[in-house]
Amino acid sequence: MTSVILKTATRLVGALVLVLSIYLLWRGHHAPGGGFIAALVAATGFALVVLAEGPGVVRRGLRIRPQYLIGAGLALSMGAGLVGMIRQQPFLTGVWWPSTSAVAGTPLFFDTGVFLVVLGAILTVLLALEES
Amino acid sequence: MSNLLIYPILLPFGTAAASLLLWRKPALQQAVSLAGVIGQLAACIVLFSAVTEDGIQVLQVGNWPAPYGISLVADHLSVLMLMVTGILGTAAAFYARGELPDHLRAKSFHALFHVLLGGLSGAFLTGDLFNLYVWFEVMLMASFGLMTSGQRRAQFRGAVPYVVINLLATLLFLMGLALLYGLTGTLNMAHLHQKILSHEARGLLTAVAFLFMAAFGIKAGMFPLFFWLPASYHTPGIAVSALFAGMLTKVGVYALIRTFSLVFHHDMATTHGVLLVIAGLTMVTGVLGAAAQNAFRRILSFHIISQVGYMLLGLALWTPLALTGTVFYLVHHMIVKANLFLVSGLGRDINGTMDLNRMGGLYQAYPVVAVLFFVPAFSLAGFPPLSGFWAKLLLIQASLQVEHYIVAAIAVAVGLMTVYSMVKIWIEAFWKPLPSSGTGGAAVPYSGWKMAPVCVLAMITLVIGLGAEPVYRLADTAARELMAPQVYVEAVLGGGRP
Amino acid sequence: METALAIVSGSMVAGGIYLLLSQNLVRILFGLIMLSNAVNLVIFTAGGLTHTKPALIEVGRSVPGTAVANALPQALILTAIVIGFALLVFMFVLFYRSYESLGTIDTRQMTKSAPEKPHATDTTTARQEAGS
Repeated sequence: MTSVILKTATRLVGALVLVLSIYLLWRGHHAPGGGFIAALVAATGFALVVLAEGPGVVRRGLRIRPQYLIGAGLALSMGAGLVGMIRQQPFLTGVWWPSTSAVAGTPLFFDTGVFLVVLGAILTVLLALEES
Repeated sequence: MSNLLIYPILLPFGTAAASLLLWRKPALQQAVSLAGVIGQLAACIVLFSAVTEDGIQVLQVGNWPAPYGISLVADHLSVLMLMVTGILGTAAAFYARGELPDHLRAKSFHALFHVLLGGLSGAFLTGDLFNLYVWFEVMLMASFGLMTSGQRRAQFRGAVPYVVINLLATLLFLMGLALLYGLTGTLNMAHLHQKILSHEARGLLTAVAFLFMAAFGIKAGMFPLFFWLPASYHTPGIAVSALFAGMLTKVGVYALIRTFSLVFHHDMATTHGVLLVIAGLTMVTGVLGAAAQNAFRRILSFHIISQVGYMLLGLALWTPLALTGTVFYLVHHMIVKANLFLVSGLGRDINGTMDLNRMGGLYQAYPVVAVLFFVPAFSLAGFPPLSGFWAKLLLIQASLQVEHYIVAAIAVAVGLMTVYSMVKIWIEAFWKPLPSSGTGGAAVPYSGWKMAPVCVLAMITLVIGLGAEPVYRLADTAARELMAPQVYVEAVLGGGRP
Repeated sequence: METALAIVSGSMVAGGIYLLLSQNLVRILFGLIMLSNAVNLVIFTAGGLTHTKPALIEVGRSVPGTAVANALPQALILTAIVIGFALLVFMFVLFYRSYESLGTIDTRQMTKSAPEKPHATDTTTARQEAGS
């Protein structure tokens, strides 16, 4: 598909959508949002680029295979769970830095992991389908 | 609090993540995968010894007290299942090393394989019904991927009914969950046990119980919901189908045992009465279906169904002896059935086919393979002193004890029919000379990667058969825990009582 | 309200099952989508409907100021949606691939154990023609 309107709009909207997804990921622990929703939003951004420019552009832009995103996300989520275990508490116990804040903590890392897994999975499917 | 419970789940997922990150390095991926299964087996052994020494282990994940958070619980039944998961996972991973063609090894196979193992461990360990649903889905996703990896046409043909019927089962499960939550306001199984003790809407609970029975029944392949199983289990690779045959239907049986001992204990006359009838029908249809088949793995698939009938029989009779029989049967069956699928792969390597009409001469050319088939096959059929004999003996004894003579007669008859099927495979594939249309006169070298797991599993079958006493004791302890769930409930809710 | 939702989800289950019984893979797919949405609605209804605020705690407080809705059924539905989404994506890909490989979306045609070879060459030639 080679529509000038779509391509121009994608350049603008695609970037905005990605920023929105990061924002949703950040606020997810206390307000509506979270890793899964953020990943879906990000995936729509990538889908837009796939439609406008083709799957090759996305693959080159990503630089790494989407499978690596899944692997890294899985590892990050589990790592977030392990932090609690190092402190002699059950797996996945939330740990915060500093302990009174509610901004930076293991839930954010867990959510980021979820974000990467979901984004990686959707991109795997999307790119595979577009290329076939 | 014991973080030991998380390792059998964590290690497979860690291995899956690592093998995804090693996407371009197949050799390393393979090594990590094998290390991962051995690590998981070790984690299962550690947890197993902890439970046999100190009793039920509980972990409140995220430090949220039960029933608000998710509890992981390991009792004797769970750890027995976990041990078998570890053993079969290791065996299948080694067999897969010998089986996979190079182009497959590099792809997502290992990640999916380990996600499946992690999902199985999670399902056996969780003490929360909704969490059980999540683990079922994890297993389902992984099994979908494994079912179609290789992308042969026959695999798609098998995968479509498998996927649709399993999705339907999970939706039924989810609907049951929703209604159960609406009725009781909790999904923690120990908490549910307490709530249901004093619940008034017994009729509604029984209706929900049947939703669960249908959902798990589809997974377990019980009558009349088994038709998807023989249509799909013979299509994927050998190692994968062995793992499926050993584990996946048995997760359904495990879920049935768990829910119909711990949760739905309010109206046993109805629920377990229906189960008893279903168990009898499952045994008979499975074995009759097998008698009509003529392909190695298809016969074995139908036998899974009839064997599931035996396990349900023990649950339905609901006496300590019967439950002991069920647990013993589960352990025996998972190992034996997976081994038979692996042996069928050895047969296919030699004869180039799974069609019994075109197989033959295996005994003469490969006596070792013949022995390796003989042990699990006749254990399955219930020949003394192999493991299947004790399992069947316990169940038949239990049904005689409560004077269910018809069921006992069915169990004996189905055992005899199983002998018929196993003898059929034996005569066709091993005993008779190679038919002129068949191939395989040329010597196929034994592959160590394939032979080793088959030998080890056959050894385990022999050990369980000849030294049945320790396994019997473990099964007996597991059965007693199931009959008296108060211990389980206290272990989960006791310390962190809100 | 519960009664209305119960009737709606009941009809959706009926519709879903009806579509599932079809021989057409696309209809089966739609049937499962409908069924999974019906089940989500069942969770929502069975969890109890209340006229309250969402379960969010304002900044600076540690308990909600007013009565809030039960968050658990919502969490259950969200999880079910996530899982349902993943399964449906997989199913979509599976059906698409089996259509490519088997050349039909009719389940009866698919399960017919047609000879493997000639059909396979049919599709490959068809694809070559389409590609050239």
